[in-house]
Amino acid sequence: MARIHVTTTINGEPMEFLCEPQQSLLDALRNNLGLTGTKEGCGTGDCGACSITFDGRLTCSCLVLAVEAEGHEIGTIEGMAQGETLHPLQRKFLEMAALQCGICTPGVLIAARALLEKNPDPTETEVRFGLAGNLCRCTGYDKIVRAVMETAAEMRETAS
Amino acid sequence: MAETASATHVRHGSSIGQPLTRRDGVLKVTGQARYAADNHPPGMLHAALAVSSIARGRVAALDVAAARAHPGVVEVMTPANRPPLAQDPDDKNGPFVFRMEALQDDRVRYAGQPIAVVIAETLEAATEGAALLAPRYEAEAVETGLDASDVFIPQMVGPGAPAEARHGDVEAGLAAAERRVEATYETPAQYHNAMEPHAIVAAWEGDRLTVDTPSQGLAWAQERIAGLLGLPPENIHIRSPFLGGGFGSKGVISGPQVLGILAARLVGRPVKLVLRREQMYGPVGHRGPTRQTLRLGAGEDGGLTALHHHVRTATSRFDDFLEPAASVSHTLYAAPAIATTYDAVRLDTGTPLFMRAPGEASGSIALESAIDEMALECGMDPLEFRLRNYAEVEPMSGKPFSSKALRECYAQGVARFGWAGRPLQPRQMRDENGLLVGWGLGTATFPALMFQGQARAVIRRDGTALAETGAHDMGQGAWTALAQLAADSLGLEIDQVEFRSGDSRLPDAGIAGGSSHTATAGIALHHAGADAIAKLTELAMADQRSPLFGAGNMGVVARNGRLLRRDDESRGESYADILTRAGLAEIEGRGTGAMDPAVPEHYATHSHGAVFAEVKIDPELGQIRATRLVGAFAAGRIVNPRLVRSQYYGGMIWGVSFALHEQAVMDKCSGRVMNANLGEYHVPVNADVPSLEAILVEEHDPHVNPLGIKGVGEIGITGTAGAVANAVWHATGVRVRRFPIAIEKLLV
Repeated sequence: MARIHVTTTINGEPMEFLCEPQQSLLDALRNNLGLTGTKEGCGTGDCGACSITFDGRLTCSCLVLAVEAEGHEIGTIEGMAQGETLHPLQRKFLEMAALQCGICTPGVLIAARALLEKNPDPTETEVRFGLAGNLCRCTGYDKIVRAVMETAAEMRETAS
Repeated sequence: MAETASATHVRHGSSIGQPLTRRDGVLKVTGQARYAADNHPPGMLHAALAVSSIARGRVAALDVAAARAHPGVVEVMTPANRPPLAQDPDDKNGPFVFRMEALQDDRVRYAGQPIAVVIAETLEAATEGAALLAPRYEAEAVETGLDASDVFIPQMVGPGAPAEARHGDVEAGLAAAERRVEATYETPAQYHNAMEPHAIVAAWEGDRLTVDTPSQGLAWAQERIAGLLGLPPENIHIRSPFLGGGFGSKGVISGPQVLGILAARLVGRPVKLVLRREQMYGPVGHRGPTRQTLRLGAGEDGGLTALHHHVRTATSRFDDFLEPAASVSHTLYAAPAIATTYDAVRLDTGTPLFMRAPGEASGSIALESAIDEMALECGMDPLEFRLRNYAEVEPMSGKPFSSKALRECYAQGVARFGWAGRPLQPRQMRDENGLLVGWGLGTATFPALMFQGQARAVIRRDGTALAETGAHDMGQGAWTALAQLAADSLGLEIDQVEFRSGDSRLPDAGIAGGSSHTATAGIALHHAGADAIAKLTELAMADQRSPLFGAGNMGVVARNGRLLRRDDESRGESYADILTRAGLAEIEGRGTGAMDPAVPEHYATHSHGAVFAEVKIDPELGQIRATRLVGAFAAGRIVNPRLVRSQYYGGMIWGVSFALHEQAVMDKCSGRVMNANLGEYHVPVNADVPSLEAILVEEHDPHVNPLGIKGVGEIGITGTAGAVANAVWHATGVRVRRFPIAIEKLLV
């Protein structure tokens, strides 16, 4: 089958890859590009483990075809830290141990970042509903919510 | 174990008990933690399982030619060309060996059973190839549900406990009772649904095999795979540094994992096989359904006179795992007469398996509901009734508890929750929006178990150390808690100890199950460290140049990388100096962790807790929300309170899920799970979960093991599930006895 050439931006870096027309973006990230930080939990958009940002918008990468990335900006967990410097959310999750097995963690962090970019001062309920699409079976929900709330407060303080 | 413990020169307390954050945290928050499916060895192919859409019968035809002709497909593996196994996968040659489907024949035993494997250059080609197989079946009638025919009485339940147990005369106790409750509760089949699907990457080199696969029991897995393949265990190398959750379903090697290995054998290249979510509702275990009848008798004073806990459960048609749901009644309440009995049916499903809090989770929600029903019958507050029937010794066995701070759990939980003033009668409380409010209580309990594990500790000439054991971190925090235990065992700071784990080449750490892993692997590390320190001490004491010369066997303390004289701590020297002078690069210690057989002979060993729940229910719509949970747990020595709290929270949310959310719905005609996906198999999401509080109640257990460690990973489910169910009754006055409690069951 003819492979398709895709030109896109991943984590701020221009990127080109070849993929098959029916490949999901999740599969292309993991298998063609070696970006295995994005996880597959269900393949049906139910669990949020494969969360990425697509032009800044929170998206399940299992529901997007790889070819759709053409000309768009993709954000994955691998681009969340700036070099050695962790994103404030990553730092807080680490500090509060707001993670357990860690499979949902990349998706939760991507979703939390997208949430705070839209709403830097969310209520607890807004965080709980904002992250309702990211399943954690272990389950670390309470610590996740607290970590996001605390990070939001810190980021607001830094910004002001 | 006492022989090495007695010679310990180690001081504890510097790392154990500290709320350290996770040592695997950076890898996990940056996406760098490598789970099984993240591996991609050169030349690797992708495999896709084709699974049966019928639940019983045989595969009559597969269009192998169509699948093989699909672009990118390399091979199709069916019973016709599947490489031979040295052992029949249906042989049962050990207590924890389960029969599995590895394409041994054309039989179909349940829906979702593997019937072929398609191996291709890409995942897409493999998946499409599997779809092209278009199987045709000879289907037979299926048995589903707890009313299936051919009821039998099992001899054993769970991993091998006697099914029937009796203490005292239950019928006499019931006859003499002034109050009686008889009620039947049902719990559905549930599926583990770890967020990480079962995955395997298998690579052969001659007759040596390397596999990346999540495992809760590396040594078991290695032995099972070696047996099936007819190879020595040392030829099988399993790497499992991180599991994306396990909950029991990764405790034993399953058919799909073996098929991944055989696929790699067949094509002569590494193969990756990852289950699709819907394929996790068959070959990798589930919590068996139960129907539990509780018969309780009590006197006027609220004292129980008898407790009969009967369980109907189900196993598969071809193997046995029977949910030991009644065992909770052996432990929890002081009835003078207790009987637990079982019967079971065989269904056309995959074999059930242990799932987080096996037995206790299902049994506890029924028992705690029935206890509340009896408290009401007696006109007593649920807490008062539980205290009236507090078990000072384990009721079934009469043995004392190795430790039991349950009274303190009740006291701290009740104060924190604000239970006082709770009306006895239901439907008495509303919030400011007119929602019905209910408060419920449940007692939590889970056995404190240990498997057997080994560890190795090495003190190096530079004063640092290595500690290793093939432990399993499925999220509970083994990488952190075990490193803390290792550091203390060696008298070193945690950063001076390199800790290795998660690999079958390391000493067998036992099983990450039964809430026993920290105790088992931790005690092994504790003894390994003590052994290394003891050898180092002998070295120093025998050397006239050492300030420790002649200090005497028990006269030495290890702390901060130095050995010190106990009677004069100004006299001592560093590990590095001792080894350097002796001309040794390192000194090695080994240790075993296992429960002293004398302990269970003399004591009942359990963790306990008390969980208080608040629910709010819309009186018109029946919509239920758990709004507040407080759990107080006593589980012996707490190695890392930060991570233990995560375990309690996780268990408590599973309890909410048990009471309100999850169930597998089986189609009675086809035998298929109708909601085999995460959209329709409901698990709680962030928005379902209230603010939680877990109180760590101090408890010193001088008996259970040398460090007094009990388990924390499963107990949170128990107690919580019943507390939520009782709160729903208290809010509405409707006692739902079929779980999960859903809106339609309240609108009566």
